[in-house]
Amino acid sequence: MAAVAGVEAGAQAPAPATTSAARRHSFPVWRWAILLIAAVYFLIPLYSGLRFAGLKAFPDVFKQAGFISAIGLSLRLAAVTTILTLVLMVPTVVYVHLRLPQIRRLMEAITILPIVIPPIVLIVGVLKVAPGFLLSTPYLLALVYVILAMPFAYRSLDAGLRAFDLKTMVEASNSLGAGWPTTLWRVVLPNMRTAMLSATVLTVALVLGEFTMASLALWQTFPVWIVNFEQSSGAVSTAASLLSLFVTWLLLMLIVAVGSWSARKRGGAQVTLFTVAPRESSQTAGEPE
Amino acid sequence: MTGSAAQAVAPEALTSGARPSGVSTSLRRSLRWLGVVPFGVYVALGLIVPTIAIAIGAFQNTDTGAWTLDNIKLATGGDYLPGLRNSVLLSIASAVVPGIFGLLIAYAIHTAKRGKLLRQIVVTASGVFANFGGVPLAFLFIATLSTTGVVTGWITDLTHFKIWNHGFTLYDPLGIFVVYMYFQIPLMVLVILPALEGLRPAWREAAHNMGARTWQYWRYVGGPVLFPAFLGCVLLLFGSAFSAYATAEALDNTIALTPIQIGALENGNVLAGQEHTGYALGLFMVVIIAVVMIIYTILQRRAARWLR
Repeated sequence: MAAVAGVEAGAQAPAPATTSAARRHSFPVWRWAILLIAAVYFLIPLYSGLRFAGLKAFPDVFKQAGFISAIGLSLRLAAVTTILTLVLMVPTVVYVHLRLPQIRRLMEAITILPIVIPPIVLIVGVLKVAPGFLLSTPYLLALVYVILAMPFAYRSLDAGLRAFDLKTMVEASNSLGAGWPTTLWRVVLPNMRTAMLSATVLTVALVLGEFTMASLALWQTFPVWIVNFEQSSGAVSTAASLLSLFVTWLLLMLIVAVGSWSARKRGGAQVTLFTVAPRESSQTAGEPE
Repeated sequence: MTGSAAQAVAPEALTSGARPSGVSTSLRRSLRWLGVVPFGVYVALGLIVPTIAIAIGAFQNTDTGAWTLDNIKLATGGDYLPGLRNSVLLSIASAVVPGIFGLLIAYAIHTAKRGKLLRQIVVTASGVFANFGGVPLAFLFIATLSTTGVVTGWITDLTHFKIWNHGFTLYDPLGIFVVYMYFQIPLMVLVILPALEGLRPAWREAAHNMGARTWQYWRYVGGPVLFPAFLGCVLLLFGSAFSAYATAEALDNTIALTPIQIGALENGNVLAGQEHTGYALGLFMVVIIAVVMIIYTILQRRAARWLR
């Protein structure tokens, strides 16, 4: 599972609902009980992981055989996947917004498919049809990860484009004499910076955590290494798991921080971590104007 | 990149001044699609072709490639049918229970008094935890609830009751259910919150002004409006649990769940020459997911009627 950055209509919509509902129907005990149970359920495994691994296991992770090559492979795959994703998706999303707005629904439906098709089935199919020269390189994984990242990349970029009036800006730029390359480079892309950043972060987080496809394709990425390593030391595997979690979380928090910073700066829509539901994201994203 | 080049050129051609004649209008219309060709080709090669290959492979003999129903027969016999049943039951449980719990959490923060900060914290945490499937999650729960786990120790110390001696294990569908809740609950919070926020306060005020009690509001207004959205979200959770592989595989790579069985068949761990049985299982998964998604789409459409 991974998240999508959706754009939300500031505070206007939820605020009245919150105050009026809270005034009349406030059940503090019930509410705090639910949230407390949830907090306990979510925090205890983290605490257990820390205790189980012990602080000594953390520096040990970096000294293990295979760690460097596994993390190296994962980082290279993340870089290649991100570049491919942006090169494929940014022009496509911009083009759809400008020239083919009528297929936005279709695009939403197509880009939800990778979430729907189980990754285990997809990778088995890919391994069946991929030509030999691709089967022998780990970058086959990067090519498939572009597909996996598509739902998240598409939704963050789409939400980013909805947050400003692309069409007017492009027309203004063209009528001032700028050609298409200039318009894309100096008008469209700068306005999509936040959206591209969240697409990038989500893609990187997805690639760094992906296990299913890498293990089926027999490449030792970081998550595959953690599982293979379990036989030698459970403590080190647990420490490595916690490390990879914290890195992912830092990346995701980065989206939230940058999103709300740029929202404050522009006074516009706010980027929040959001997930797979297509309809909801399009609804909340559609509202700002 | 051919993609960006095509996109940079095509719009220029479209906006250039000359009045189109009949022929060039249709030409222009088809040229317009050029811009999405790179994307379409990528999706076709990376997503559609592999999926179709699985569907075809499910009906072919592994060695000769001749048409056969043997794979389907094999995939519905032996351990595979219980595996599919386990997968479906586990996914239903991992959709309904976290679905209800996630709805309660979402409702709790939605109606909270000083809601803004609380909402921000819970939504951000949900975004983070919903992303937390896979291998690390399995290891955290091994640290928590395995025989030597921290919480297992607490329970034994407090109650002198050794749960592992009384039927509990992390390595069966029930144990995996406990683990899956960890990413399913936050996922539910994220997907149901927009639906809750779509319930207009005016409806509630109108209901109360007409003398409705709280339960009547929920029975006749809030509930019926929210229900399709809730059901849709639960189906989404079903899909998420049904497709999950990494967590269960890292916990126990011999457990009878369909994704794990496909993995074992394709890795050659079971028997050589059985890859096509795996294709048949993959086809089953795709069909089940397709049915779920069709119902999901219908429900979302119904939900969207009110929740705008």
